[in-house]
Amino acid sequence: MTETARDGEFDELLDAIEEDRGYYVRCANGHGSLPPRRVCPHCGSRELADEPLPDAGTVETFSLITVATPQFTEDAPYVTAIASFGDVRITGLLRGTDHGDVEVGMTVGIAVEETETTGDRAIVFRPR
Amino acid sequence: MSHPRVAGVGLTHFGEHPERTGRDLFADAGLAALDDSGVDPDDVESLFYGNFMGELAEHQGHQGPLMAEAVGLDVPATRFEAACASSGAAIREAVKTVRNGEADVVLVGGAERMTNIGTPAATDALSIAADDLYEIRSGMTFPGAYALMARSYFREYGGSREDLAAIAVKNHEHALENEYAQLRTEITVEDVLDAPTIAAPLGLYDSCPITDGASALVLTSEDYAENHGLDASVGITGTGQGGDNLALHDREYLARSPATAEAAEEAYDDAGIGPDDVDVLEVHDCFTIAEVLALEALGMYEYGEAIAAARNGETYCTGKLPVNVSGGLKAKGHPVGATGVAQVVALTELLEGRFPHADEVDGETAVAHNAGGTVASATVHVLEVVA
Ligand SMILES: [Zn+2]
Repeated sequence: MTETARDGEFDELLDAIEEDRGYYVRCANGHGSLPPRRVCPHCGSRELADEPLPDAGTVETFSLITVATPQFTEDAPYVTAIASFGDVRITGLLRGTDHGDVEVGMTVGIAVEETETTGDRAIVFRPR
Repeated sequence: MSHPRVAGVGLTHFGEHPERTGRDLFADAGLAALDDSGVDPDDVESLFYGNFMGELAEHQGHQGPLMAEAVGLDVPATRFEAACASSGAAIREAVKTVRNGEADVVLVGGAERMTNIGTPAATDALSIAADDLYEIRSGMTFPGAYALMARSYFREYGGSREDLAAIAVKNHEHALENEYAQLRTEITVEDVLDAPTIAAPLGLYDSCPITDGASALVLTSEDYAENHGLDASVGITGTGQGGDNLALHDREYLARSPATAEAAEEAYDDAGIGPDDVDVLEVHDCFTIAEVLALEALGMYEYGEAIAAARNGETYCTGKLPVNVSGGLKAKGHPVGATGVAQVVALTELLEGRFPHADEVDGETAVAHNAGGTVASATVHVLEVVA
């Protein structure tokens, strides 16, 4: 691990995903976002509540990244994807399938795993 | 309303100058702009300076006063940071200050030293324009972010890597005659397609290079320019800035840049023009797909249409809408904090008829578009021949 102090609600969310009780922040108008939030980034609503993350998400876009930052050199090449889980979109590493088989629209689950380079925790999608 | 005039412009050569310090780069560009302007340096009242990664590349914060000192100015000096749009944001504040009558003469510029830290560290430094918690820790890089947008674009509107390659080929061709440009080599579509992938679907030749460089402008009030008989025929007649959520996944559209559209609408209204009045543009093409996203959000093309512009020859200096006649970020180079001002340098010289290809470009109205990150920040400036 390269971090010493925890990053508040970010690490709390990762803890929750690890324990299979992932959640997101939902506003009164149905917009999803990730914590910490006091204001909805989509509409400005301050009426926010935690909602359980759906089990399955859908890949909206992805990239096979070959030129990495120093924190990911041993992970490269790897896939970073944006997936939608109901009302919320999340960016994560996509693992568990050949890079050539990744497709927009594929169904994925969410987990927390370590990166190969630093051992830091990261949000990971796996096909399901 | 009185429009600030561009009285002088200056650039360093854009390229790999790893041993040149930021202060040396900026002194080069800043003094060139002061000399070009004919303004007495004692009349300069303020420095507006753009820089993005100075802490990481040079272990140097507080660069405003450092850079004022480098050009021999004892004036208030502030650094602006908006990722790759840092000096676009600096121009905007300078324009407002001159318009408000708070200053008659200001220096605006930017600098970035990047190649001294090497490609991995520069890749890391560029990535922090994204959301650290929710993007960078998921492996997002700067090329990776634009790759996510490119794939979304292809799915939503169509288009191909060949279409993007045509943009790189065009911008390289434009840079051939620009002595300040980093990549002055002719390339083909095949060269682009055959280059190593950096973040699929984008390859090395879809990306701007890593660049050291600096840029500067002397802006004066209209009264000052006229009272001092300055040769300053180009004015900045419109300014706009837009913003968006920082993380790409929190945007309404993955293949559009609403912050650019907001900045453009504000700048066009400010200048009293519409998109159809624009004759030539410098847009923020950090990656080939970025030129497409910019031209659509700036109202030059409908959404889904700009992908074919370079392939059809429309955006060449000889085409109906010349774009990035300097070579753009793609071929001229992208010293991040210097880019926004360098765009205005190029357009000013083009409108004055002293830039490469000036004889091929008609018109008196130009637009500069500078974007930060995945366009969570965007600035647009309108330049016109006003005297
Ligand atoms: Zn909302």
